Order: sequence, then C-alpha cells, then structure tokens
Amino acid sequence: MTALRDLPVDQQVGLLFVVLFGLLALGSVAVMLMLRREDEASDRRLRVLRDLRALWVGALVFWLAWVSAPVGATLLFALFSFFALREFITLMHTRRADHRSLLLAFFAVLPLQYVMAGGRFFDLFTVFIPVYVFLAIPVASALAGDPQRFLERNAKIQWGIMVCVYGLSHAPALLLLNFPGYEGRGAFLLFFLVVVAVVAQLAQEAFSRWLRRRPVARHIDRSFSYRAWFAGALAAGAMGALLFWTTPFQAGQALAMGFIAGGAGTLGDLVMKALKKDAGVRYWGNTASVTGAVGLLDRVAPLCFAAPVFFHSVRWYFEL
Amino acid sequence: MTRADLAGGLLAFIARLITGAQGHWKGCPPKAEQRIYFANHQSHLDWVLIWAALPHELRAVTRPIAAKDYWTSTPLKQWITTEVFHAVYVNRARTDDQDPLDPLLQALGNGDSLVIFPEGTRSNKSEPQAFKSGLYHLAQQFPGVQLIPAWIDNVQRVMPKGEVVPVPILCTVTFGAPLLLAEGEDKREFLARARAAVVALRPVGS
Repeated sequence: MTALRDLPVDQQVGLLFVVLFGLLALGSVAVMLMLRREDEASDRRLRVLRDLRALWVGALVFWLAWVSAPVGATLLFALFSFFALREFITLMHTRRADHRSLLLAFFAVLPLQYVMAGGRFFDLFTVFIPVYVFLAIPVASALAGDPQRFLERNAKIQWGIMVCVYGLSHAPALLLLNFPGYEGRGAFLLFFLVVVAVVAQLAQEAFSRWLRRRPVARHIDRSFSYRAWFAGALAAGAMGALLFWTTPFQAGQALAMGFIAGGAGTLGDLVMKALKKDAGVRYWGNTASVTGAVGLLDRVAPLCFAAPVFFHSVRWYFEL
Repeated sequence: MTRADLAGGLLAFIARLITGAQGHWKGCPPKAEQRIYFANHQSHLDWVLIWAALPHELRAVTRPIAAKDYWTSTPLKQWITTEVFHAVYVNRARTDDQDPLDPLLQALGNGDSLVIFPEGTRSNKSEPQAFKSGLYHLAQQFPGVQLIPAWIDNVQRVMPKGEVVPVPILCTVTFGAPLLLAEGEDKREFLARARAAVVALRPVGS
C-alpha cells in the first residue's frame, strides 16, 4: 500500500483507471458468458445488456472527464445537466408564460454555474443557485404576467434547476476540489462517490428482496423500506471504509462519508421514482410512450442527490 | 460536401440538441418509398422537426412546401429553402389560370416525397383544425404514393407564438400506418379519416 502511495499522482490516477476498466472488462466477459444460455431477446438479457452499456458509458465519461479536466470535465457535466434539465422540463408541462424563465434557466443559470465550478469559485458556486437564482426566477416569472398557478410553476422550475444543475454540478466540483496535501487527486473523490452510490443502490435492492419488509411508500416504490435503505447506506459506508486509502479521509471518516453519500443517493432515486409516477411515466427508455421520458434523468438522479451532500459534508467537516 | 449539406447538417444537429427530434415509427418503417407525410401544424419548427427525425438518407428526397412570396423574399430565405430543404414553392395568391397544387403534382411526378400540413395554417389549440382538401386531390391523382400520418408532439412548447428563442424541450414525431384512399370514398369522409389518423398518434398524457 505504501508503494502505491509513493507513486506520483498521475500514475496513481492512471492505475485507478486501469483497474476500473480491467474490472469492467472482466465483468463484461463474465456476464456475456452467463448470458450465452439465455434466449436471444429475453427481457432479462436486454435489461442486463442495457445496464452493462450504461456502466461502460459511465466509466468512459469518468475517464474523459479526468483527462480533459478542468475544462473538459466542466463541459461534459454541463452537457449532462442540459440533457437532464431538458428531460425534466419536458415532463413537467410548463406553460407559455414560463418561456422566459426557462430561457434564463437553460442559457444563463446553467452555464454560469458550470463556469463557477470550472473556475473553482466554490463560495459563490455554493450560494449562486439557492440564493440568487431562487429569487431571480420568480421575478422573471412575475414579469411574464401570468398569475395562474404561479407558485406551482415556479416550484417546478426551481426544483429542476436545483436537482439537474446544482446537484449535478457538484460532480465536476469534486474533481476540482483542492484538499491540502491531496492535490490533483480529485478523481479519487469522484470515484469514491460513484462507487458508494452504486453500492448503496445494489445493496438496497438486494436487502429489500431478502428482508421482504412492508414497503413504506407502496404507490411510489414497492421495494423501499427503512431497513433496506439503512442496510444499503451501511453497505455504502463499509465500501467507503474499504476505499479510505484512496481518499484524504481516515477509515472512520470514510465510513461516515460513504454512509451519507450512499444514503442520499438511494433517497434521490426514491424521489425520482415519485416524480416519474407523477409525470405518468411507467417505463423509462425509448419504449416509453410519454414524450420526454428518455431515461437519462433516473440514471443521474442518485448522483444529483449524493454529490451536493457529499461535497458539502466534506467541505464543512474539513473546513475547506 | 457542399455548403448546403453543411448547413443542413448543422440545422439538424441544432434541432436534435434543442428538441431531441425523436422519430417513433409506429405504423411503418422509415423506408425509401415515395410517400406523402401529413402532420398537425403548431409551429414554424414543425418542418425542421420532421426533417430532423427522418433518417439521413431520406432527407434529401423528402421535400417541404413553402409559400413562394415569403420564402423567396430575401436571398438567405431562398437559399435555405432551395438548396438545403429543396422546397416546393406554391403561390398563396390564387390565380384563375393555375391550380395551386400544380407544383406538388409535379414534384410527386418526379418521384419525390412530400411533407404537408393539411390544416393550412398553424393552430395553437391542442386539437388540429379541419383538413383542407389538397391531401384528397393528391391521393386521388397518385394512388401509388403512401400516405403517412404523423403527430408532432410538444413543439408548441419549444417556441410559443411571438417568441424568437427556443427553449430546450423534448419533442417526438410519431409516424403511423399508411392510409389508403378507398374506392369512391367521399372527400369529406376521407379528410375526416385522415385527421383522425393523425390525432390517434398523439402520445398519452399530452
């Protein structure tokens, strides 16, 4: 382990990607072998292949973000934000009078937020959307002169900005966060976050199947229960503790951070499921018959919730 | 690659970036057969959206209809409609000695596909207006050409009347099963049937 720590930062990060892609390749081969017996077009096969493709895309995006940081990473996640917000607004049935507010959200708020992330202006980055944009959007809306459902319309736009832009913009911010004595290793922090979020998700699903508790919110998610959630977050914490040597944290701190980020991610997924039901979407993906349900939003939802919580916990705890 | 190809590629890219321009082929595959696509009309973007939703190889042979007086009034407008979109120009002012459908018949005679909006004008209501009779006459004179209904969803939210900057909102174009003009079918009946075929493609919840 100490030999690894003595390597230059670039080589450590390079090693991280070699290991990551190696594991992915091994996993893919294993999955392919397993699927050989399955029927050509069985549902399970298609679903597994889709998930596998999503994993590969995710890993590639992560790598691209790293090699092109800070400009490339910021641009890449800005593009993701754009697509996620586009999907969100499509599902939310905005009215004509919202046009100007939406233009503001897409073409002013989103780029500015990412410019601040890319430029490492983290103090302004943190308050820009919760304070300034929060107050600016209703002003733009009021100037449009449509009083009907005023609060509801504004809430939709605010929420979309908060989740799709503010939440997601913390991913590149993590890449660029400067830890004293940990310079240039932001990739590990983002990697840590993504791994604990994924582990929390998988563990929660596994535990809910195993525990078979009564679902808390049956109309939203048939499998969500407090116990399963807790087990998922705990698994994420354990994974975090295992990975502590890649981060600036001690083992105990890594466990707490993993727990927080993983738990926030699975709660984010629950919220997105509620939103999906509200919008009348039953399946994501191109097969959905509702215009706008293309399936990016629910893939990034755990990250949208986990990233800001993780980022601010880290910043607050380490007084950065 | 010519300048027109580049401009076309750029326009299609922007349309996809802003609206997704997803084509859902529910009733027929995207094939290089001679076709008349007819759709609901709510916005200036309708044509660009259908065009961007078509596969690349179909774009060159699928032509829109453009009002001659408006779309030839400046060199830029004329360049876009002729070079990029290969539009068929029609005269809005009706003259006694000429059938306004003549240019369309000519284009169909050449073997091109057409996109028409049978409502004639843009409507901002959710239901399309009654269809004009042009579609019927085209179907009568070219029975071999497939008539494909299409529903364009959400586009009125991208750019409401009076606004100039589009908001990024996903749109879909749903293409339905080909419609056939029945033997001796009445004009009004056929147009009502065509309109119903378009409305039936509307996605749930919109």
